[in-house]
Amino acid sequence: MRKKHLRRGRVSVWTYILVMVIGIIMMYPIIWMFFATFKTNAEIFGSIRLLPEHFSLQSYIDGWKVNGRITYATFFLNSFTLTIITTLLTVFVCAIVAYGFARFKFPCKKILFAILITTMMLPDSVMLIPKYSLFNSMNLLDSYAPFYLQAGLACYPFFIFMLIQFIRGLPRELDESAYIDGCSEMGVFLRILMPLMKPALFSAGLFQFMWTYNDYTNVLIYINSVKKYTLSLALRLSLDAESVIQWNKVMAMSFLSMLPLIILFFAAQKYFVEGIATSGLKG
Amino acid sequence: MKRKLKRKQYMGLLFIMPWVIGFLVLQLYPLVSSFYFSLTEYNIMSKPEFIGLQNYKKLLTADNDFWNSLRVTVIYTVFTVPGKLIVALMVAMVMNKNMKGINAIRTIYYLPSLFGGSIAVSILWKLMFQDQGIVNSILNVFHIPSVQWLGSTKMALPTIILLNFWQFGSAFVMFLAALKNVPADLYEAADIDGAGGMTKFFRITLPQISSIIFFNVIMQTITALQSFAGPMVITGGGPLKSTYVLGLKLYTEAFSYYKMGYACAVSWIIFIMITIVTLVLFRFSSMVVYYEDGGDF
Repeated sequence: MRKKHLRRGRVSVWTYILVMVIGIIMMYPIIWMFFATFKTNAEIFGSIRLLPEHFSLQSYIDGWKVNGRITYATFFLNSFTLTIITTLLTVFVCAIVAYGFARFKFPCKKILFAILITTMMLPDSVMLIPKYSLFNSMNLLDSYAPFYLQAGLACYPFFIFMLIQFIRGLPRELDESAYIDGCSEMGVFLRILMPLMKPALFSAGLFQFMWTYNDYTNVLIYINSVKKYTLSLALRLSLDAESVIQWNKVMAMSFLSMLPLIILFFAAQKYFVEGIATSGLKG
Repeated sequence: MKRKLKRKQYMGLLFIMPWVIGFLVLQLYPLVSSFYFSLTEYNIMSKPEFIGLQNYKKLLTADNDFWNSLRVTVIYTVFTVPGKLIVALMVAMVMNKNMKGINAIRTIYYLPSLFGGSIAVSILWKLMFQDQGIVNSILNVFHIPSVQWLGSTKMALPTIILLNFWQFGSAFVMFLAALKNVPADLYEAADIDGAGGMTKFFRITLPQISSIIFFNVIMQTITALQSFAGPMVITGGGPLKSTYVLGLKLYTEAFSYYKMGYACAVSWIIFIMITIVTLVLFRFSSMVVYYEDGGDF
């Protein structure tokens, strides 16, 4: 099945140059951002120099402290707590639901599956206000509970669909032989399928991590008190905090907030790329 | 054996139960009540008060902001979705060769997309396109006069659209994978028949990857019609509401003015637009999209 491109001949030098130039344009904003974090506020403007005059960590030190009581340590901790718990819940519950769809025959399965597919195209914005009002009446606002609840109730049809497809690709004989050995339905899932689903679970987890970590709309609506702010909200706040924006501080904290995703991406890029290429998850 | 099958059925329902509850409580109920709210005056504190189609009537006839927002959102979507996908497809075509170091390049091209919709990148964009910002400084080096990117009604929306072009990574990776799966013998046969590059692109490449393109168009359109965070952070909807997308109007009506019923009407307009676009695209796709297996979407 692997086709060869020999026919199309060697890659010309021009193609390489073109690809490199696009690559530099792609990377330049992030590289520029990195060096901007060491510059003074005045140095950021009106100059095309990439490197700062002095490498100073002052903007990191100044930016880290928001006021007397709260530092970015709180926001990082909040973001990580919210993101990690949401991600783990999502992946685990979506996998169980996918197992139910992929391996069992039950009444109305066709209809339920059709509903699942349709909800993939259901826009979040249309449910935004009723969900807010619902969580308000349950006294869950200004906490992370809305996020955990949505993750625990598998409100992410995309991941379910992707995991169903993956389980369908695993041989049924594995389940059958485990049943013969006296394994329960849950046991088959936990002991036989979960280990085999690792790549798919990992891809789903990475994307859920990325989306939750970057999320702005939902945290903006559900979270009010500053000590529960995630990084997105804190960064937004830093734009409004002072009459003149201290761009070097804002850039330093923005860059720090992007760092975990960059590290994660380089550590696990195989799963990112496979997740996108095979199941159409979008970034 | 029969008993086991029966047990299995009931277990299956049990396993999908979290999703069933989630669907009923956190998707279906909000969807229905959002429509109901759109027919009411509602401010969260007091009970919704039924007023019929008044919200829609006001939106469509008495609210100039709405028509402006609708126009801005449509322009944003019409440029973002095809633009992003064309960039992604072109770059994927260029790179679909026996290139050394393709993995490293793919990584670099994907990197900006890691932060799609994130506040950090929106802030970076806001800074780069300031009047004295780095983009104008670079232009000045080439003796091009500074442009008022975010301060002028003409350029603010294109600047935000540009941010989306930068984040073409996920479509690009999908296209690259799809292009690799186009059977080479198709091209060989075309070569024997003496087909040119353009013919091969339109007759082989495009049909072969049309289902991936279609999928991307739908998903990106749904996202674009609801966009919110970028415009909010970069321009706040300004100047003179030239970037005041529907998502921003929805948020402002709901959480600045507490006109929840009115905001729900806005959200239903977005929903209806998405539904129409999706249906039209599906209809259109049955004519042009090519499925190897006959097409079970």
